Amino acid sequence: MKNKLGKQTFQFPLKPRIIGSCAIVGEKEGKGPMAKWFDIILDDDTFGEKTWEKSESKMLKQAVLLALQKSGHKKEEIDSMLTGDLINQLMSSSFMARDLSIPFLGIYGACSTMTESMILGSMMIDGHYASNILIGASSHYCTAERQFRMPLEHGNHRPPSAQWTSTAAGGMVLSSEDKGDSALTQGQDVKEIYITHATPGKIIDAGITDVNQMGAAMVPAAVDTIVRHFLDTGRNPEFYDMILTGDLGLIGKEIAVDLLNGAGMDVTNVYDDCGAMMYEKSQDTHSGGSGCGCSASIFSGYVYKEMRAGKIKNALLVSTGALLSTISSQQGESIPGIAHAVAVSTEGGS
Amino acid sequence: MDYFYAFVIGGGMCVIGQILIDTTKLTTPRILVIFVVAGAVLTGLGLYEPLVKLAKNGATVPLPGFGYSLAKGSMDGAKDGFLAAISGGIKNTAAGLTAAVVFGYIIALVFSPKSKR
Amino acid sequence: MTSKEKELNNKPEKEVAKKYEQYVKQFTPRPKYFSNSLKAFFVGGLICIAALYVQNLLMDKGLSEKNAGAYVTVFLICLAQLLTGLGVFDTIGKFAGAGVFVPITGFANSMVAPAIEYKKEGPVLGIGAKLFSLAGPVLVCGITVSAIIGIISYFMQ
Repeated sequence: MKNKLGKQTFQFPLKPRIIGSCAIVGEKEGKGPMAKWFDIILDDDTFGEKTWEKSESKMLKQAVLLALQKSGHKKEEIDSMLTGDLINQLMSSSFMARDLSIPFLGIYGACSTMTESMILGSMMIDGHYASNILIGASSHYCTAERQFRMPLEHGNHRPPSAQWTSTAAGGMVLSSEDKGDSALTQGQDVKEIYITHATPGKIIDAGITDVNQMGAAMVPAAVDTIVRHFLDTGRNPEFYDMILTGDLGLIGKEIAVDLLNGAGMDVTNVYDDCGAMMYEKSQDTHSGGSGCGCSASIFSGYVYKEMRAGKIKNALLVSTGALLSTISSQQGESIPGIAHAVAVSTEGGS
Repeated sequence: MDYFYAFVIGGGMCVIGQILIDTTKLTTPRILVIFVVAGAVLTGLGLYEPLVKLAKNGATVPLPGFGYSLAKGSMDGAKDGFLAAISGGIKNTAAGLTAAVVFGYIIALVFSPKSKR
Repeated sequence: MTSKEKELNNKPEKEVAKKYEQYVKQFTPRPKYFSNSLKAFFVGGLICIAALYVQNLLMDKGLSEKNAGAYVTVFLICLAQLLTGLGVFDTIGKFAGAGVFVPITGFANSMVAPAIEYKKEGPVLGIGAKLFSLAGPVLVCGITVSAIIGIISYFMQ
């Protein structure tokens, strides 16, 4: 097991590159503070489709196709596609893949799907099973809301700890060869982005049963994965310019900082959370964003572009997922949390 | 004076509902059920009728009032025999229920859900 | 419990879960109890006053109290459902909370909201079934209790 470090961490000697990416968000997200980093902002959350599920599916399709286009590869050169979403039986992903005729592996990790697909894609490349992989994840406020919570037009009160499922999708192309991002490389000096390490997380259930406390339910898993990553790799928080968790939200972010401090890790300068970054306070989302698309769009929009431009050198991306179902919460089960970490770097290319 | 009591009693019931929403983890359908069942039970015990006399619509418009109508229908029906005792509740609320079903169906046919901003 | 059983029941221990919940609480902002209740009080009170006003108007026109009451209920239900269809009710609900949720308007809203949402799933299994997905439990429990009360009063005469 030469490619495994410590208890849980993989290293990728081949260093798969991220050579193309695309982030699409909905109308509300497009009015938030991260707007300038997204490739496409929808004028209308329906995206011209008749059902919300179709809208989400189209968003994801656009995200992977545009990422593909930017990578300079053709559809035929993609060996496999790994995507996921939140809807039952991965409806958005499967119906998106139906039209593309690329070998497809659907994955479910709730909101941790983006890093889960990055890990699996990197392993396929590192294991010489593929040279180009398409990955992606999506979520839509309207599809998630009706599956997990209340109908849209229902006049219910959202508690302060509730999070807002982001209408967003992100896609990336992972590759063993370097081929530039055609949109960015026009005469500019751009950095290569390598995926160097990954730490898949254990499911940790802290016993939270309140479905409106999703962020708090995922924090223990996120903290466990981050600490484990540092132990396995021998790195410390100073190594990274940025540590980003997926969608712990504003409340979850504070708890995470507190718990990491308690574990002796000072992350205050480098740590942020995608859910906390997604919206302005005035947008009234209560505890911030959530959903697969939240971390997917910020990784493939903001993080990707900043790394390409050389502003971020080393980043640790930790998508977090709450693995509950509508049935489990009705049966009174607590919410199992999970978090997968991926280390990306612009340095150390061979 | 009617208006004053209607306002205070009706508003007061809403405050109880708001406190249930804010301080407990009860989901909305559960709160609806609690209110209706509480209204029916209180009526059965003879405690809700005086409130209706006092506050009129202040007591009939909130959801316990729906429970009141159901229970009152049954109790009035009980005087006319067993069959009326079990059918009285629905009979007494039939107008509202039919309106809610029929008009609701039409509304759902006409309108589509909108995304929130 | 043997160690094997413990392993199979690998769920968080209750004390740990409780402690974590307490710990989380200090990070969670509390709802604005007072202003929420105040808003609910005023909006709910106003709905009741409006209902009483309309009822008095109808009774002046010569309707019996019972019929006037039924008309008012029907009117409130239709109004709430129309506002739901127009996409306004959720905005009002966000402001007034229980103020529109506890009056019969909330019941009307919880019937039509899921029905609109599941429109694309067809007129039978979509709208037809979902009209009762939130309101069904209310009707089932309410009608059951009222029937029991009816039976009890029948035998107690």
